[in-house]
Amino acid sequence: MRYSVFSLLGQALRGHRGWTPAWRDASPKAAYDVIIVGGGGHGLATAHYLASRHGITNVAVVEKGYLGSGNVGRNTTIIRSNYLLPGNTPFYELSMKLWEGLEQDLNYNVMVSQRGVLNLYHSDAQRDAYARRGNAMRLAGVDSELLDRDQVRAMVPMFDYDNARFPIRGGLLQRRGGTARHDAVAWGYARAADQRGVDLIQNCEVTGLVREGGLIVGVETTRGTIRAGKVALAVAGNSSRLAAMAGLRLPIESHVLQAFVSEGVKPLIDGVVTFGAGHFYVSQSDKGGLVFGGDIDGYNSYAQRGNLPVIEDVLESGMALWPGLGRLRLLRHWGGIMDMSMDGSPIIDHTPLGGLYLNSGWCYGGFKATPASGYCFAHLIATDTPHPVAAAYRLDRFATGHLIDEKGVGAQPNLH
Amino acid sequence: MRIPCPHCGARDAQEFSYLGAADLTRPDGPGLSQGAMADHVYLRDNPAGPHRELWYHGAGCQEWLVVARDTRTHEICAVEPARTLRTEDPA
Repeated sequence: MRYSVFSLLGQALRGHRGWTPAWRDASPKAAYDVIIVGGGGHGLATAHYLASRHGITNVAVVEKGYLGSGNVGRNTTIIRSNYLLPGNTPFYELSMKLWEGLEQDLNYNVMVSQRGVLNLYHSDAQRDAYARRGNAMRLAGVDSELLDRDQVRAMVPMFDYDNARFPIRGGLLQRRGGTARHDAVAWGYARAADQRGVDLIQNCEVTGLVREGGLIVGVETTRGTIRAGKVALAVAGNSSRLAAMAGLRLPIESHVLQAFVSEGVKPLIDGVVTFGAGHFYVSQSDKGGLVFGGDIDGYNSYAQRGNLPVIEDVLESGMALWPGLGRLRLLRHWGGIMDMSMDGSPIIDHTPLGGLYLNSGWCYGGFKATPASGYCFAHLIATDTPHPVAAAYRLDRFATGHLIDEKGVGAQPNLH
Repeated sequence: MRIPCPHCGARDAQEFSYLGAADLTRPDGPGLSQGAMADHVYLRDNPAGPHRELWYHGAGCQEWLVVARDTRTHEICAVEPARTLRTEDPA
């Protein structure tokens, strides 16, 4: 069923009783050309682009829970492409361009809202660093504007501009950045992939990989063995566990990242704003809740829940930026498991084993990357060559020294 | 999360800094290869389950500790001073 204003009107006249499920609940077949492990944003996007761009439709996505039950539903929904390094900028800009046409591509409202992403700076040195990043972005064809204090104040007047320690001096603005409806991204990709014949298999946990010689030729699951020409992993925080099934160790630690939403209030803040003197970012959802987050907890975790010190730390940063936040009550908070890589940048590459492909290391920047990640991963799987904008995301870059370390903190995943 | 420090008793995790996996042995000797060094610096087991890891009690005894913790539940099973790890005298 194609969604349009006419289908909506038609259904409205019939009491909305004719809507059909957005995708089939498929059962596994004996074999596929490609099995994608992980029914989150990246896995579903990969399935969509394999089917729509490369004509490979004999594909299964296997998911241990329900579709979109992991990080795609646990993030703060921010999309942006404000990166400094040449290995990153073109990739994230491709992602931004795919976001801009995603609703038409998927025939699904993912509520992309380009309301701007503003990074605040608080010192001369930080202004210079932001100016450099803004210039690097413009050289790569990405929009960016360096704002002074008055321009920022006109956009977001409620912050503490004269904070004794961290006065706001200005900000770097990417107007094309913004937010998208995170669950709808998973649902939209799922529906689009399903319509092209991809089997979306839920409640199907991978328990092992079928190996013949140096080749991976299928997966063992809780719903039986499924054979495949190619097996592609897009499992975020569980990457190391899946890789261990193939006898591989990865340059990744799994860490918990918490996010928060306040009670719903009238419109307070238009775009996304990040505090430059601590780690805090905030935006307002369409329901009115302020959505915010900060640092990861900083220790290895698979628990999908965090601890109180980081909550206190995030809220302290929030209060330093925006004292009025203290009048709001916290409605919910939650945790997701991040695949923190050793240089803070992702991996989209072959593995040393034939037939096994890896998409991992997204740290806490995975959501904005969803379209390009799926696009480039599908390109790699279909053609066995890396997509040009993702060519730097090699698994062997750690051994060869070609790291992509935006923050420059070295092989310490909890600092990225 | 509270970490039962062998010197200071159970203390809030906020007092500690985290480093990572505890049992990495830096490759050394005449046969040392670049690949072995890269593996040592970058590759991790990253298990879902029991994990031995290094924490520094900066706001307490200022000792490095080896904490055995379940990464699925955050339950801490054992804590020992890291200096007990050193089995041979470097002299």
